[in-house]
Amino acid sequence: MSGKGIRIEGLSKRYGKGDTSVYALKDVNMQVAPGEVVGLIGPSGSGKSTLLKCLGAVIDPTAGRMSLGDEAIYDDGWKVRDLRALRRDKIGFVFQAPYLIPFLDVTDNVALLPMLAGVANGESRTKALELLTALDVQHRARAMPSQLSGGEQQRVAIARGLVNRPPVILADEPTAPLDSERAMAVIRILNDMARRFETAIIVVTHDEKIIPTFKRIYHIRDGVTHEEAGEGRDVQ
Amino acid sequence: MISLAGRDILHAWGKFVFTGVGLGLLIGVTLVMAGVYRGMVDDGKALLDNSGADLWVVQKDTLGPYAESSSVNDDVVRAILAMPGVAQAANVTYLTMQVRKGESDVRAMVVGVAPGALGGTPGWPPYLVAGRQITRGHYEAVADIATGFKLGDRLAVRRNHYTVVGLTRRMVSSSGDPMLFIPLKDAQEAQFLKDNDAIWKNRRRTEANPAFNRPGVPGLLDAVIASQSSNAFVNAVLVTLKPGHAPDEVAESIRRWKRLTVYTRAQMEGILVGKLIATSAKQIGMFLVILAMVSAAIVAFIIYSLTMDKIREIAVLKLIGTRNRTIAAMIMQQALALGVIGFVVGKISATFSAPLFPKYVLLVPFDSVAGFFAVLAICVLASVVAIRMALKVDPAEAIG
Repeated sequence: MSGKGIRIEGLSKRYGKGDTSVYALKDVNMQVAPGEVVGLIGPSGSGKSTLLKCLGAVIDPTAGRMSLGDEAIYDDGWKVRDLRALRRDKIGFVFQAPYLIPFLDVTDNVALLPMLAGVANGESRTKALELLTALDVQHRARAMPSQLSGGEQQRVAIARGLVNRPPVILADEPTAPLDSERAMAVIRILNDMARRFETAIIVVTHDEKIIPTFKRIYHIRDGVTHEEAGEGRDVQ
Repeated sequence: MISLAGRDILHAWGKFVFTGVGLGLLIGVTLVMAGVYRGMVDDGKALLDNSGADLWVVQKDTLGPYAESSSVNDDVVRAILAMPGVAQAANVTYLTMQVRKGESDVRAMVVGVAPGALGGTPGWPPYLVAGRQITRGHYEAVADIATGFKLGDRLAVRRNHYTVVGLTRRMVSSSGDPMLFIPLKDAQEAQFLKDNDAIWKNRRRTEANPAFNRPGVPGLLDAVIASQSSNAFVNAVLVTLKPGHAPDEVAESIRRWKRLTVYTRAQMEGILVGKLIATSAKQIGMFLVILAMVSAAIVAFIIYSLTMDKIREIAVLKLIGTRNRTIAAMIMQQALALGVIGFVVGKISATFSAPLFPKYVLLVPFDSVAGFFAVLAICVLASVVAIRMALKVDPAEAIG
């Protein structure tokens, strides 16, 4: 595997100190190649959220190494200085609920990220409109989030996650609120975008409908992951 | 970069405007309170300006005639007229009372003005807006328009009735009561007039006193009774100076030779502002402080609530890489916008409501400018709590 995508080696996360400490993640190893979509599944309390927070550079792991794209993020106690800029430029987030900013229209919700990175407003909006067109929601470009359907909101959220062309997208239960048809549409979009933009995507899910679509799946239980091959069912 | 605060305000403009209107009414009350204080000071200055005097000669060791009662003999004026540097001197009396007109009455300061040049004698109203000055020695009056009297109205002061022959404007006492000018002799009589029973009993007592009712001394009793029923005192003598004479020098000369207390314009202004309305000013100052604190608390609460409503959005913003200062600026800009809306509403409401107050409310531009910056400062301070809370939001909350 090249230096791009996601690479995790021996990642651990411990909460608390001394006798009361608890390991939420134990020696996790994971690799996701650019353009690949993998599933991360596990029961509640298994460590999914902790892993996602570590991957999202929101919490620091206790030990281990992690790199996103071609950049080392954590290396046994060392970490990059500006995690905020890292999240902005290297990681795209798609949540269970779209969490769009309610007071910004669809275009500005997507364009906000490049704007935060210092890109001019006009150029940011052009980028946003390109992605909205790719995701077939360009006709709602001036609408407010409250005027969109659930599926449209999730597509806008995906566009927001992709707009800075991050090497990594973390999708946390992106299909949970959607019916079967819309859930499959979201997975199709994520696969398309992964291929088109060479993005490594991790989808955390419980959704039985979409699990067969992954070619690789990471199971997590009690903070330990193991990898298995998925069905890789075609979602076209 | 787009203005997050501006977009949020536009998105929830109704909430912002209504909140701003509520805050604005509070700011309006604050501006009116400041205007009440300014009005009191202005009333005091108007009182001094309208008297036309350079010096006030009052009873020795008193702060009269406005801050304390003062009584000087009405013939002192002749001696003062003879002093070097004195151009004019005129007796004056002041009596605050309820002036009756038919079944109703109005609180007014009755001013007794000495006969002299029409409008040119100290104590007279310097200008009229209708009618004429007093030309007779008795039973004519000039009223401030704020009394509500009209030309030709008949009104009662004590036992006597007066006809309003002239109307003037902004002639008020230091407490804002409109003035009613009547001839000096009538005012002197009104000031010390006793009721009929008291006069009758006093005469009986004098008659019973063998020292005053001596056989073989005709006219003594009548002379004593006449002296008891007349009033030879006024409250002050108003003095104007000849050009080229310093008020302090002339005042010192009168103090020295006439054993009276004399105040210059600056001293009298100091008494009015520093003593007469000082307590009221402190009272209003306290109200202003309380209103400022209430305004700050309201802005803080509103901004805090608005921020609490956006906790999830703030977490998402932080997760996707928004700088803390961008989030802080958003909250502070919203607080400032609320302050600006509130100030505009407050200024408009104060401007339109000021004339409705019974006493003079003077809204000066300086107070508005100072108020505007005070509101902005309050809003900035009030947003600190919400900003602190927003900066504590963990971006992990967006992930769950």
